[in-house]
Amino acid sequence: MEKENSIMPLFYKITLFFLTLSGFGQMPIFKRYYIADIPGLGWLANFHITHLMHYIFAGIFISLVVYSSLDFIIFRIDSARITKIIIIKIIIYLGLIITGILMIIKNFSGTPFSPNFIILLALSHFLFCILLLFFLGYHLTKKFKT
Amino acid sequence: MTARISRRAFLKGSVTIAGAMAASAPVARAAKAIGKDKKEHIATLIDISKCIGCEECVYACQKANQAKYPNPEKPFPKMYPKRVPIEDWSEKKDVTDRLTPYNWLYIQNATAIVNNEEIELTIPRRCMHCDNPPCVKLCPWGAAQQEDNGLSKINSDICLGGSKCKNVCPWDIPQRQTGTGLYLDLLPSFAGNGVMYKCDRCYNRLEKGKVPACIEACSENVQIIGKKSDILKKAHTLAKKINGYIYGEYENGGTNTIYVSPVPFDKLNNSIKKGKGKPHLGKAKDSMALGNNIAKAMLIAPIAGIAAIAGKFYRASKENK
Repeated sequence: MEKENSIMPLFYKITLFFLTLSGFGQMPIFKRYYIADIPGLGWLANFHITHLMHYIFAGIFISLVVYSSLDFIIFRIDSARITKIIIIKIIIYLGLIITGILMIIKNFSGTPFSPNFIILLALSHFLFCILLLFFLGYHLTKKFKT
Repeated sequence: MTARISRRAFLKGSVTIAGAMAASAPVARAAKAIGKDKKEHIATLIDISKCIGCEECVYACQKANQAKYPNPEKPFPKMYPKRVPIEDWSEKKDVTDRLTPYNWLYIQNATAIVNNEEIELTIPRRCMHCDNPPCVKLCPWGAAQQEDNGLSKINSDICLGGSKCKNVCPWDIPQRQTGTGLYLDLLPSFAGNGVMYKCDRCYNRLEKGKVPACIEACSENVQIIGKKSDILKKAHTLAKKINGYIYGEYENGGTNTIYVSPVPFDKLNNSIKKGKGKPHLGKAKDSMALGNNIAKAMLIAPIAGIAAIAGKFYRASKENK
């Protein structure tokens, strides 16, 4: 259990790091701003690679969230305190997962989503990502201060 | 610390895991159903043997799409960093020997040997309008769009000109014009670089029940347009009749532009001029296939989470005994 308590946050950190990196890689910025020129980071300019990476880490992220949610429901719900921070985290994670799944469905041939809905999906997925970064930044600053 | 569970928790855990397993089943069914109920696409058949290279289609395309062409504001914003290329075609609107933001269709020339005789072939080239277009699917903002009838187009009002669509297109079709579009109202020096342009198969004419301008203008009836299943049938009949070859049926997972040629396409590909704004006629593997296969495999992601918690639950209940 102790081992699990220390490993799970590490899994989350690694997954969220690569998800964010590959997510930003969907925009044509890494080549423009020389980041893909750094030795070993050339793959960041390849949209197909960052796309596949984003999918793989999204799969891992969903597994982790499902595991943590069920773990909470089964083992910890009676003793746990549901704080505002946890609620915000749940909303952001759910937002990212739902918009992400819809965007994956969109990428299949013949999906019936309208162009406007696709724009809304792209913007809301990006917005949830920014919220997550703010949330993590706030959390880290608070942790650092205490 | 060991996780201990009561009888109540055991029942709750079992019900939760069973519920989670049941909840993942409709998701799997929905994913399986994707793409089964889609509307039939409209496709075009281009009979290369009929084309005489008169460029009537090229000029008709330019005339019909004049209103959609860019009117860039000059001077262009200074771009940072300096490596960002300024692409300006506004002084070269007359260029017709390649694709540009002002020329969405051009004629490619090839020479080939048919029946021991050297012949010259001319090939109209433009966007292939893929079945599952990577330009549309991978556009970060949804500026590239696909209509139900299969045509893909770029919304010039929201395109930021990042050129990702060109980068992921197997034929590098979309072309950029700097100094126009939404990026000018955002952070013009730091993000975006204009708007991408390409053939939109005259969607506004199609909406009015007309055929695309290039098809209407062609006196040789090089192109025909219709339901994809009909077009494929006609393409195969024609290919059989002339002992010819088909391009576009399977390239990039299938497109809505089907070429029929009396000469193998690898020979044509060797003969044509390729490069910037001059697409190839070579093989193009389905660039969305691997991603979509991984997406299907992602269905096991929630199941993996459920399996892991079921394992933990089993261990905990065993220790409890």
